[in-house]
Amino acid sequence: MQEIITLDYGSGGVKTARLIEEILLPAFKNTALDSLGDAALVPGGAQLVFSTDSFVVTPWRFPGGDIGKLAVCGTVNDVCMAGGDPRVLSCGLILEEGFPLDDLRAIVESMARAARQAGVQIVTGDTKVVERGKGDGVYINTAGIGVLRTPGLGRAALRAGDAVLVSGSVGCHGAAVLAARSGLPGGGALRSDCRCLRDLSAAALDAGGVRILRDPTRGGVATTLNEFVEGGPLGIELEESALPVDAPVAAVCDLLGLDPLYAACEGRLLAVAAPERADAVLAALRALPGGEGAARIGAVTARRPGTVALRTALGGSRLLPKLTGAQLPRIC
Amino acid sequence: MPWELSESEFRAPAGADRLAAAIRRRAQALGRPVRLMEVCGTHTMAITKAGLRGLLAPQVRLLSGPGCPVCVTPAGAIDAALALAARPGVTVASYGDLLRVPGSQPGDTLLRRRALGAGVQVVYSPMEAVALAAADPARQVVFLGVGFETTAPGTAAAVQEAADRGLANFTVLCLLKRTAPALRALLAAPDFAVDGFLCPGHVAAVTGAQEFAFLPQEYGLPAVVAGFEPADILYAAYRLVSRLDGGAPALENEYTRVVAPQGNPAAQAAVRAVFAPADSVWRGLGAIPQSGLALRPAWRGFDAAARFGLELRPGAEPPGCRCGDVLRGACTPGGCPLFGKACTPADPVGPCMVSGEGACAAAYRYGLTEE
Repeated sequence: MQEIITLDYGSGGVKTARLIEEILLPAFKNTALDSLGDAALVPGGAQLVFSTDSFVVTPWRFPGGDIGKLAVCGTVNDVCMAGGDPRVLSCGLILEEGFPLDDLRAIVESMARAARQAGVQIVTGDTKVVERGKGDGVYINTAGIGVLRTPGLGRAALRAGDAVLVSGSVGCHGAAVLAARSGLPGGGALRSDCRCLRDLSAAALDAGGVRILRDPTRGGVATTLNEFVEGGPLGIELEESALPVDAPVAAVCDLLGLDPLYAACEGRLLAVAAPERADAVLAALRALPGGEGAARIGAVTARRPGTVALRTALGGSRLLPKLTGAQLPRIC
Repeated sequence: MPWELSESEFRAPAGADRLAAAIRRRAQALGRPVRLMEVCGTHTMAITKAGLRGLLAPQVRLLSGPGCPVCVTPAGAIDAALALAARPGVTVASYGDLLRVPGSQPGDTLLRRRALGAGVQVVYSPMEAVALAAADPARQVVFLGVGFETTAPGTAAAVQEAADRGLANFTVLCLLKRTAPALRALLAAPDFAVDGFLCPGHVAAVTGAQEFAFLPQEYGLPAVVAGFEPADILYAAYRLVSRLDGGAPALENEYTRVVAPQGNPAAQAAVRAVFAPADSVWRGLGAIPQSGLALRPAWRGFDAAARFGLELRPGAEPPGCRCGDVLRGACTPGGCPLFGKACTPADPVGPCMVSGEGACAAAYRYGLTEE
């Protein structure tokens, strides 16, 4: 049977990884790409960080944000996670025939607002219009360039005993978008955590001892942590009782049969930090808006290399593998 | 008894350690591993997510029976759904899990057909499918009615709603199953060895706990209707091993906050009005008398099989796949030669790997074999 693209390939999980490893990496092979971080270091010693992301979320406006804010924050955050200080963005718009101009204005204003708050400028762009039925209203691609502020972040820096930290409660964005889409009663209590992570990441890096930063978007916390350790000599153990999950998020996930650990965040960062610096990093995060709920959720360990395990509140253990298959339709 | 604790202590996770130790101790006293079976996908997930297997091993083994609705749906039913989706002007409306289940041809799924342009729509409830039909009178909407006694009332209500609204473009491909006849079929198999049952709380909420009274009465096996919190399940397991260790087999209802002895009469009436028990084919278990639900003749106009002239065949099981044995508790997921190799959640071969509630998917996703 001929292989075709299904929605699973866009989930950020196992099939997305397969697409990248089997089709994209062999074709584009180079050392800057090989690290597979949220952003790449521009080769040639220019000390630049470069990233791109596309946004297809539906509905385009959701509680706590919209596709414009998401498109700016998403790419800004990717640059920050690679240790960069974001400076400029591009904006590529793909618009469907029939899309209301008022909606486009609202989206662009939201992008401008988010860019101002993130301290970046949108300096180049492109616009395409496709026939009705060939798009879904609006798609946005952004690329971002930043100046490297903290070199040396990455999987290779991890050590057994390191602390795993998260800047706040998990799964808010995924749960909010799905609740908005399905019109769930009680879903109104949910808001996306969509926010720019520039200040939080800078504070974490300045506190010292940070080995790696990532924002757990598609695939959620569980999938991102797997990417930290898969194929390597170390594993991660999480404590279920230490994981911050807001009650409405837990309730919606329960109702929809989702796991908050696999639901996307758009304004949280995961940090692995040296054990002796973990408290300082946590304090730095907690001192900032959006980081009040920062928590130590687990540790890097030499047990079970390559895997992420969860110690449950009852004292049992289970594996947390990467997401397989799309949980549900487009959320970022 | 020295470790007879009060129920409220068992509900609190703080008591989980003591409870698990008490279960192991009582099972130990029996001098052999105790095999307890749950027959509900939600139990399967709750057990694996909380890591309960490891907490109770090796004295107690928790087995997953045929409780996942997607898993027990035969390949032939998927073939029928695929055939429907291929028809112009037809939208197949389905719960999401079913979209990844292959039919008789490996890799041929509703998800794939949708990617190639077929009319396939994910819904969360049968009423959503009725709404789809009402919104687009030019299309035939076929709801894939899978599930047990839990989804039957909603499906019945959807059929009644479609009738009330005079919709001529809504039908149900009725694949609904009944739990008790399947348990009887399992118990009749000569190689079936289970010491007690964790009975499904959601099913019992509809049918009433009494639906499972035949287990102690006719088969001498203890049974506990259980809820879905880890402490519910631990407490139910404790009651089961207590019954085995010196007690008489009986039916207990641990889930009294939801399940009444006689169940939900309104839901039962809706099901009875629309459906009648009928013979049904289960994946792995084959044809079981009276184990399914079929639309009554008065509702034939809403029967997709009748409207589209479909004949449900058992369909071909994937070669090498042991889902059938897994569903009977005769094989653990890891005992299947395809498990984790040819068959993973990303590329499932058998239905137990497809559904999030399937025993194989749960074992693959959350299993920790070393513990």
